[in-house]
Amino acid sequence: MLSSIRTLWLTFLHLFHRSETVEYPEQMPYLAPRYRGRIVLSRDPDGAERCVSCYLCAVACPVSCISLQKTEDAGRWYPAYFRINFSRCIFCGFCEEACPTYAIQLTPDFEMSEYERHNLVYEKEDLLISGTGKYPEYSFYNVSGLAIPGKDKGEAEHERPPVDPRTLLP
Amino acid sequence: MNLLLFGLLNIIGILLALVIGAALLTWIERRLLGFWQDRRGPNRVGPFGSLQVVADMIKILFKQDWIPPFADRYVFVLAPAVVMVAGLLGFAVIPVTPSIGIAGNWNIGVLFFLAMASLSVYSVVLAGWASNSKYSLLGGMRAAAQMVTYEVFMGLSLIGVVMLSGSFNLTDIVRAQRNIWFIIPQFIGFIVFLMAGIAETHRLPFDLPEGENELGAGFHTEYSGMKFGMFFIGEYIGILLTAAMITVLFFGGWEGPFLPPILWFMLKLSVFVIFFILLRAALPRPRYDQLMSYGWKVLLPLSLLNVVITGAVMLASGPAG
Amino acid sequence: MAIIHIDGNEFIANTQHNLLQTCLEGGLDLPYFCWHPALGSVGACRQCAVKQFANPDDKTGRIVMACMTPAVEGTRISIADPEARKFRASVIEWMMTNHPHDCPVCEEGGECHLQDMTVMTGHTYRRYRFTKRTHKNQYLGPFIRHEMNRCIACYRCVRFYKDYAGGSDLNVQGAHNNIYFGRDEDGVLENEFSGNLVEICPTGVFTDKTLSSAYKRKWDLRSVPSVCVHCGVGCNTCVSEHGGQIRRILNRFNGKVNGYFLCDRGRFGYEFANAPHRLNASAIRDSSMIARPAEQAEILEEIAKQFDGSGSVIGIGSPRASLEANFALRALVGADSFYSGVSVQDAICLEAIVNILSSGTIKTATLQDAETADAILILGEDVTNTAPRLALALRQTLHARATTSAAQLKIAPWQDTAIRSAASNTRGTFFIASPAATHLDDVAAEVYRAAPDDIARLGFAICYQLDNSLPSVDGLSADIQAIAARIARALQTAKHPLIVAGCQLGSSPILNAAAAVAQALNHGDRTPNLMLAVPECNSLGLALMKDGSIEDAFAAAANGASTTVIVLENDLYRRAPRQAVDIFFNNITNLIALDHVSTKTTSEANFVLPCTNFSECEGTLVNNEGRAQRSFQAVIPKDDVQPGWLWLHKIAKITGRNASADWKFCDDVARTIAATLPIFAEICKAAPSGDFRIAGSRIRSEPHRYSGRTAVDAAWTMHEPKAAVQNGSPFSGTMEGYYGQMPAALIPFFWAPGWNSGQSLHKFQDEASGSLRGGDSGIRLLEPCASNTAKYPLYTIPAAFKREDSRWLVIPSQHIFGSEELSALAPSIAELCKLPYLSLNVEDAKILGAQPGSTLKVTFDSGQALLPILLAPELPSGVAAIGAGLPGTVEFSLPGWATILRAATEEATP
Repeated sequence: MLSSIRTLWLTFLHLFHRSETVEYPEQMPYLAPRYRGRIVLSRDPDGAERCVSCYLCAVACPVSCISLQKTEDAGRWYPAYFRINFSRCIFCGFCEEACPTYAIQLTPDFEMSEYERHNLVYEKEDLLISGTGKYPEYSFYNVSGLAIPGKDKGEAEHERPPVDPRTLLP
Repeated sequence: MNLLLFGLLNIIGILLALVIGAALLTWIERRLLGFWQDRRGPNRVGPFGSLQVVADMIKILFKQDWIPPFADRYVFVLAPAVVMVAGLLGFAVIPVTPSIGIAGNWNIGVLFFLAMASLSVYSVVLAGWASNSKYSLLGGMRAAAQMVTYEVFMGLSLIGVVMLSGSFNLTDIVRAQRNIWFIIPQFIGFIVFLMAGIAETHRLPFDLPEGENELGAGFHTEYSGMKFGMFFIGEYIGILLTAAMITVLFFGGWEGPFLPPILWFMLKLSVFVIFFILLRAALPRPRYDQLMSYGWKVLLPLSLLNVVITGAVMLASGPAG
Repeated sequence: MAIIHIDGNEFIANTQHNLLQTCLEGGLDLPYFCWHPALGSVGACRQCAVKQFANPDDKTGRIVMACMTPAVEGTRISIADPEARKFRASVIEWMMTNHPHDCPVCEEGGECHLQDMTVMTGHTYRRYRFTKRTHKNQYLGPFIRHEMNRCIACYRCVRFYKDYAGGSDLNVQGAHNNIYFGRDEDGVLENEFSGNLVEICPTGVFTDKTLSSAYKRKWDLRSVPSVCVHCGVGCNTCVSEHGGQIRRILNRFNGKVNGYFLCDRGRFGYEFANAPHRLNASAIRDSSMIARPAEQAEILEEIAKQFDGSGSVIGIGSPRASLEANFALRALVGADSFYSGVSVQDAICLEAIVNILSSGTIKTATLQDAETADAILILGEDVTNTAPRLALALRQTLHARATTSAAQLKIAPWQDTAIRSAASNTRGTFFIASPAATHLDDVAAEVYRAAPDDIARLGFAICYQLDNSLPSVDGLSADIQAIAARIARALQTAKHPLIVAGCQLGSSPILNAAAAVAQALNHGDRTPNLMLAVPECNSLGLALMKDGSIEDAFAAAANGASTTVIVLENDLYRRAPRQAVDIFFNNITNLIALDHVSTKTTSEANFVLPCTNFSECEGTLVNNEGRAQRSFQAVIPKDDVQPGWLWLHKIAKITGRNASADWKFCDDVARTIAATLPIFAEICKAAPSGDFRIAGSRIRSEPHRYSGRTAVDAAWTMHEPKAAVQNGSPFSGTMEGYYGQMPAALIPFFWAPGWNSGQSLHKFQDEASGSLRGGDSGIRLLEPCASNTAKYPLYTIPAAFKREDSRWLVIPSQHIFGSEELSALAPSIAELCKLPYLSLNVEDAKILGAQPGSTLKVTFDSGQALLPILLAPELPSGVAAIGAGLPGTVEFSLPGWATILRAATEEATP
């Protein structure tokens, strides 16, 4: 009983405390660079799409809101389409965690309300940005063993030139 | 003629004040809750957000008026009306001042109040039952049990006041407090009535009929639009009614120095309304079995004790008067 | 059986097995790479290291390779031993020093044995800071993609390709760290079983190119158990689907049928279902023969008008349609007006086969029996091209014989290297009699080339050698008699001889001779088996339902007044000469064609009804051993496409024919078949019925990690569509439902916790290479009659083949790629299809004055064609061969006599 009364009193005293409310939108909140907001697809330092359509983001997504289809062009893997249904997205960032190529990144932007639900379905064109996002140096194909135009077998980082299977020399 | 006009004005004035007050309370409550939780509360619509009420009203009026196909249609519609009507009728016996008040000078005022308070139970029970859904029914059943419990000693707690004032007439009761507010001789009665009042209006911490974490929204789960609005407003009218009764019964009604009686009444009323909101901000909800055992095992004996003590003191202090 | 101790627990082990098998059979997880249940152990990868202890007091132990250590009574090993663990982790770490950072862009990812094993050993972080070895890739044809960087040198690919499948063009090259698995130069892999490399390779060196073009990871594929429709063997497959499109076929283990392997036609032929030939919409052609699309209701109404009772209605079934569809047609038109849709030649052979199988006393071999046969005689069938998976089984005969002889030396059957070297010293007892070269010639002890009738005569001659009380074959040369005697002697030494024949040459005497040889061998403790190949996936099922051929239908139409003909999933132009079919079509008033691919027949039809293919409906097929097997619906058909039986049932309803039946699901039809036709009484046991549930749940056909559910359709609708409810199916069609131990006929895909690759199969078996738990799927409808007296089939010995001066006997030469109608529509298979040709032996070519590259004019009674010549030195004189089913050659009925001349243009410019 006494504790109830004490609670009442302490709660009453909050009438004279400062409000914690941030007056958004007049006053913008601080968003950390790793804030988990709108998802983007970034590009390599040389401007090519980073996404290799490995499906890991899709399978990591707890609400299954990512769908894509792999296609291939001269040895490079691309998504033929890449769709995120933001009306389902919970911004958990698992897709970013799962992405082996730093392609999918969450950004400090959450202002994406729409009056029509289908406007929340973002296709690849809506998701692609022109830059590298948070990881300016990384290029997946520089460390992968796949040959792509301009980088043949054995030309990636930490690779020896292709072996000659016809030699028996040690 | 003048008398009639005055009476009509009284009725219309009080009705309007009540309905508008109840509506404003929705905003006041949210702002106060905000302050007590270090927030701002609704502050965007109109000055200090006061037009929030209007915005809400527009919204609620334009909401789809949905009656579930499985509900008992007529009872479903009737239920929210009952709570409004019972609450408003209960206010008829409140003497705001000697001159303002519809039937403040009625010799069975207290009994009428109790009758109306009991009537509002029907609204909840009927709503829960007519909704024909599990959560609603459970909510309605809780409400019924809770009301039956608290109804008993709500009446009993007032016996002390009636004994001291020797009248069921609320105006007489107020006048009897000219020297000393009944809160002092009837402290136990006050506590019991306060508890019962909260329970009757099913406000936090006694809002188990609509306990959202286990029952969805309890008896009004299936309600939407203006019918839900009537329950909502009905609840605030209940608060106003209970606060007004506390003012009248234990705090001397309009009596007070310097200020005009109407202001005194309002002041006292406001304190209790705010107190009700504070309760909501501060206290958690008890378990249902705790609520029941508290009622039957503590409050009922307490109110009986109050009657015995009051009677004993009155006997000892001389012949009734 | 022996009791062994693994980490202090007792396990019962088969003493014929090694410790790795024993651990896996005991449900324990032990990583491995080079071992494969069908390939045995070589101890190459060092991954399955365990600690072995000499006795209970031995606390030190020594590390041994589980796959190279026999399970003997009292063996004590530890998998969890820290030293063994560390050893295994180190092996993985070494392998990963050169493994590329490719998983995201590797088709194997998500079902990669290497990934699974890496996780199982706990290797997570690359400590090796130096450079990686790389390789150039090779072009290996339209089926297989090569990405050599990913190789971990487990040798499984060459052990399968060379040792098991008999391929010669995939080799291991280089030495030490330069080791390379590939061809001498870029080019199409020649072996017919190259597709199995996809499943054999524990990582992503060999991947499925047809999947890659519409790639989805394993977790995004909805799969169902199915049965291959591209030949009569009836291999079990898993069909994987995404977005209404088949994405790939994987092998589905069936211990009695296909075991661990499929042929390339079965694995890659599925693309016909996605090809542009697909029929999707109903169409009506009026007298002007211009097709217009029609709604379902409209076309049914129009069809009903044709059934006004003034003319007769006949139905033509199909050997490539399910039993249910054929039966629905039979029920619609009546048993007497239902005709088998096979060619005359096939009808003759199938009739002989049905006679032999239903009245003989010889057991029809399963493929498992074929694999363990110790003597084999093939009469007249090019098995590699007509029943490819059977050829792979037959190829194991040397291995089977070597295993038996090795057992006498106490060498366990899993000792692969030892048994292979033993096998290389045996020639085996494998005899082939065929008109043309076959791909099994390399393992045959003796090969006999002759015309079809001479092959039959050889068969009867062998019978005479086995049992002199049988009629002798007149006029045999001494050479042939000697061959017959040699073969007879060799067959007599065997315990489980197997006689193989088939329908390729359209010769019933060959089939009867084969049955007679088997019968003549059937005494003492010898258990001969018979394997008769049939041309199509449901040839035997249709033959059991209706004998006769397409000619019967032609005759009926020629006699009857205005006739309506319903053709079920059948291109008549592939069954009879074009003239005959054209006359038939002129004789009838209405042609209603049901099919899933557009054919010449559907383009002639007045009403075209699109029906489902094998992946879009349930259906029962009967394979060449008489095994009824059920396939399930993977793809939900679009538009008007409906199962054939449902179309026919709707026609029956609307016209009031066969009105008593009320079929909702395929199961209902199957039940009616079982009740109506005694031979099919058991078919409902082929698979559990549609109301099968485990713990109240259907079986889920999507993996539990299925992704993209809320986004895949979001581009066109925000309302996530409900999963199509598959009523009457034991499968949920979604990721919800049961997945665990289930009946073999209902395993949609193989997966187990920690085992994402197909290697998880062992979790569904009691022992490696053994049957799936609860028994392999399918039910055999034909078992040999129990009889002590020998029952010989029709014993008519044909006259010897005589070559004619101006005419040649043209036989069909089958091709794995191209001869089968449906698979030839698949783009990747079409790439490997041969162009039409006529092959002759060198002398005959000389007579005609034809050079390599010449064009010849072949004239049959039914028509003629210009075909380039292909010299085939091994063809008997007077016999020519045409690639069967290849475009431009399908309109002749083969075998048949034809005059062959050099084409006029050639004569003009000699």
